[in-house]
Amino acid sequence: MSENDSIDARPLARRPPPRTSETAFFWEGIDAGELRIQRCSSCDAHQHPPRAACLSCGSLELSYDVVDGRGRVYSYTTHHHPPVPGPQPPFDVILVSLPQGVRLLSNLIDALPGVLRVDLPVEVRFVEVQPGLTLPLFAPSDPAERPDRRPATGR
Amino acid sequence: MVVAGTRPSPERRAVIVGIGATEFSKASGRSELRLATEATLAALADAGLERGAVDGAVTFTMDSTPETELARSAGFGDLRFFARAPHGGHGGCATLLFAALAVESGSAHTVVCYRALNERSGVRFGQAGGYDPGEGAEGVRLSWLTTFGATVPATFAAILARRYMHETGATSEDFGRLSVLSRRNAATNPNAWFYEKPITLEDHQNSRLISDPLRLLDCCQETDGAVALIITTAERGRHLRQRPVEIVAAAQGAGPEQEGLSIYHRADMTDPAESRIVARQLWERSGLGPADLDVAIAYDHFTPLVLMQLEAFGLCGRGEAGPALRDGFFNLDGKLPLNTHGGHLGEGYIHGMNGIAEAVRQLRGTAVNQVAGAHAALVTSGGAGPTSGALLAA
Repeated sequence: MSENDSIDARPLARRPPPRTSETAFFWEGIDAGELRIQRCSSCDAHQHPPRAACLSCGSLELSYDVVDGRGRVYSYTTHHHPPVPGPQPPFDVILVSLPQGVRLLSNLIDALPGVLRVDLPVEVRFVEVQPGLTLPLFAPSDPAERPDRRPATGR
Repeated sequence: MVVAGTRPSPERRAVIVGIGATEFSKASGRSELRLATEATLAALADAGLERGAVDGAVTFTMDSTPETELARSAGFGDLRFFARAPHGGHGGCATLLFAALAVESGSAHTVVCYRALNERSGVRFGQAGGYDPGEGAEGVRLSWLTTFGATVPATFAAILARRYMHETGATSEDFGRLSVLSRRNAATNPNAWFYEKPITLEDHQNSRLISDPLRLLDCCQETDGAVALIITTAERGRHLRQRPVEIVAAAQGAGPEQEGLSIYHRADMTDPAESRIVARQLWERSGLGPADLDVAIAYDHFTPLVLMQLEAFGLCGRGEAGPALRDGFFNLDGKLPLNTHGGHLGEGYIHGMNGIAEAVRQLRGTAVNQVAGAHAALVTSGGAGPTSGALLAA
């Protein structure tokens, strides 16, 4: 289902996520239209959400890869109640599994009713959900599972 | 209690000698300090102990009443031990662990474990926006969820539940049967909020969607109230008013990629490894196993997470909790009666402390839904979060 972001109708805005020494690269990437996943400079392991050190080898030398943002739905929920800051219920929260071996929590957008399922192929969209806050949201990869309209805006 | 293979002499073992509670309501009309004080005085009276005998106090990091404020209000003696268990309701049995370590080591003689909350008339955990986690590690952790509208515990749990259904074939009706069981047990418990209010599976299926697949009747209540427990050594407990209930083992557990409910980055996120870590310690230290249990009290925040806990503790096989509920395995007249007081779904939500009190009543032989000849009880403090559990016996 569409996220239906109508800012004026919403009582509470999302709280922008903190940008710390661990997370700033991710959100700066989103602002630049890139999905960046943390990668260890020593052992090349990917991890998300970002950590202070590599979970695999303990190295503090961390970098990131820009990934293509194609993945599959690992699990999901449609949230109905209570109201929350940001999206208007009902909206879909999805856990996306990326080929890099990490999972990201996000929302499903630009989807026809009824297509949400485990293993649904999805691809990233960068959507400004409120002034100054852009998020990586996901739409079905198959155009047949998206509404017949211009994609990639998230609206 | 057994710690790392060493078992104290029988007279030094930790026992629960008193339980006390307020009424469980939706609007207590008094402060959490007052509720904590009432429950504590009731527990002391139950034990037959003077207020001044208390020299230790343990509560939750989330509790609004510091140990010293309870001492000032309830009139304890000098305190020699005070500690707090983290991670919300997952810390319930951890309070028993801390108290048992204190009395068995001689750090304190008599410890009160307590939890008081106006969770319905005050800050409601199920609503968004009441909690500011800041911008430290916990605030950053939660921001990966809340930024995308996953803001309330039911949403965190729903994502685990959906995957559990995908992997095991469990259905919403399976979850509903736990809700029906809990409300049936609460219906004959005069202290339960839902006393004389059983539900049918149809009622569950018709209840409103919260975070799909979770319906309203899959979610624990919101409750105002307090529970207190008094822990001392078997030697001291022998001369008190009640039959002592031994803390045979108590343990904490956190697993890989551990988060509070949102264990989304674990290879197998429908495996509550933290519960298995607790279970392994309880079985190893006690020499007991699932077949030795007479009653089980499983922390019911959300029904699917109870099914996952039952499996992680080995009370049934993986994916078999739904069929076991369907077959009546956990009914009062089944093989292993579960949440005999009605649980959080039926009795009230005192962060699992009311479940510990029910286990004590069962082992004393004084529960309203008494399991005949109950000798051993398991209490869990929730799965899918940094958790704890305890094995009690009498």
